[in-house]
Amino acid sequence: MNSFLIKAENIGLQLNQRQILDNISLTINPGEILTLIGPNGSGKTSLVRVLLGLLDIRQGSLQKKDQLVIGYMPQKFHIDAVLPMSVLRFLQMGNKVTLEEITRTASSLGIVSLLEQPVQSVSGGEFQRVLLTRALLRKPDLLVLDEPAQGVDINGQQQLYQLISKIRDDYGCGVLMVSHDLHLVMEATDQVLCLNTHICCTGHPEAVSKHPEYLKLFGSSLDGMAVYTHNHDHSHDFTADSEIPNCSSCEKNPLQKEHDHDHG
Amino acid sequence: MIMDEFIWRALIAGMLVVLVSGPLGCVVVWRRMSYFGDALAHAALLGTAMALMFDLQPLIGVVVIGGLISYLLMSLQRKKDLSSDAILGILSHGALASGLVMMAVMQSQGERIDIMAYLFGDILSVTWEYIIWLGIACVVVLSFIVRLWESILSIAVHEELARSEGVVVDRVRLIFMLLMAVLVAVAMKIVGIILITALLIIPAASARRFADSPERMAVLAIVFGLISVVMGMFASMQWDTPAGPSIVLSAVMLFFASRLKPVV
Repeated sequence: MNSFLIKAENIGLQLNQRQILDNISLTINPGEILTLIGPNGSGKTSLVRVLLGLLDIRQGSLQKKDQLVIGYMPQKFHIDAVLPMSVLRFLQMGNKVTLEEITRTASSLGIVSLLEQPVQSVSGGEFQRVLLTRALLRKPDLLVLDEPAQGVDINGQQQLYQLISKIRDDYGCGVLMVSHDLHLVMEATDQVLCLNTHICCTGHPEAVSKHPEYLKLFGSSLDGMAVYTHNHDHSHDFTADSEIPNCSSCEKNPLQKEHDHDHG
Repeated sequence: MIMDEFIWRALIAGMLVVLVSGPLGCVVVWRRMSYFGDALAHAALLGTAMALMFDLQPLIGVVVIGGLISYLLMSLQRKKDLSSDAILGILSHGALASGLVMMAVMQSQGERIDIMAYLFGDILSVTWEYIIWLGIACVVVLSFIVRLWESILSIAVHEELARSEGVVVDRVRLIFMLLMAVLVAVAMKIVGIILITALLIIPAASARRFADSPERMAVLAIVFGLISVVMGMFASMQWDTPAGPSIVLSAVMLFFASRLKPVV
């Protein structure tokens, strides 16, 4: 059996006496796109860092497929102008790939014309594609994309998500991505995990988007841009079944543990 | 002008040092570590004093104290209530002051120590034996730089990305720190601890506008360094100015000249 890429069980993380992640379990399978959504400060990036092995955990367990190759695309970052580097050199850096492979991958992502340009001169959307190309050149089993659509306009975002689905089809890799916005990623994702320190709800995107927990976090506005107000006065019980979606127990279970959290 | 043998020795020694300080200086500039370079240089005075006291090779003292300073820096940085540059300022000047005090104490006990030679260098006094040691040190440091170049570069671009791609970031950083300490130890004689950082940063900064790749910047930093050494030595002979500061002053003039080149 054992076909998963990553399997996390009951992960908990505390930093500076603050609970960042609480009892998180998830499985990522090959060829599957899992999207993490959640408000700022909900622990999305921390969870990604745990899964990448950049943060150690003391609670829970993390299993990875043998020799799992991960292509990681970090949140948009800036390469200082003092470092002269072309896009091509950036793609080659630390990668044992041929020029031909680079050209092929770059042209499938539409950035082949940028290869000779300084990496600082490309636009936000272009740089995201450059980062994606770099991740793909590693021939990953799993792509991890942290806010891939950051700094990309709405049209570009839709294209980017379509591109990600296409990559999944072409490469057969699993994809874990972090997003703010469920409605834009809806079509591109198989599974959604709504995070707010704990797992609020999880399941197919349509189900999650109608889920009361999700609506509570993000509001019901269909443009997905609503400012949410977060009053957590309910509790969860995760010992219940893991049916999808698994939040039906949220507000009814008598054995609730009280918890409260605040977001910066 | 008569070229005495000691001038040749000084020229060769200076050139060997910039062969190493060129590429290391680029990394220092890319990673904004110039304050760290200063701290290491200042620690070198304390390291030398300790070595003299215990009758050890100065290099050992410099590397040990340099390592200690780096360790202190890392452990102080972990508590986030002070900024790195404040911590570096404290460590750097603390090391300088304790080195000066220690040397003065040893002087008063009858040791013959020329503090000025440590502070400002004494390139004209290098011996052939010193040059052989310098040559060996340069070959060792350069071969490490070449070997670790891709990893060093990846870390300069994005530490987490590098880590997620399997670069052993902590080990590379430790080795880099040791290479810096070795450079400081050998360059002390050439420009003195006060001006070592200048030799790292200025040629690298001058190289930036002429470089379109990290490697070219490193090579050009060496070239600018070589020219500075020759110019500085010439000035020192011609006008009887101190050699170390003359070399640094030549580098500064080259830097401003390099600014005349328009940005592409």
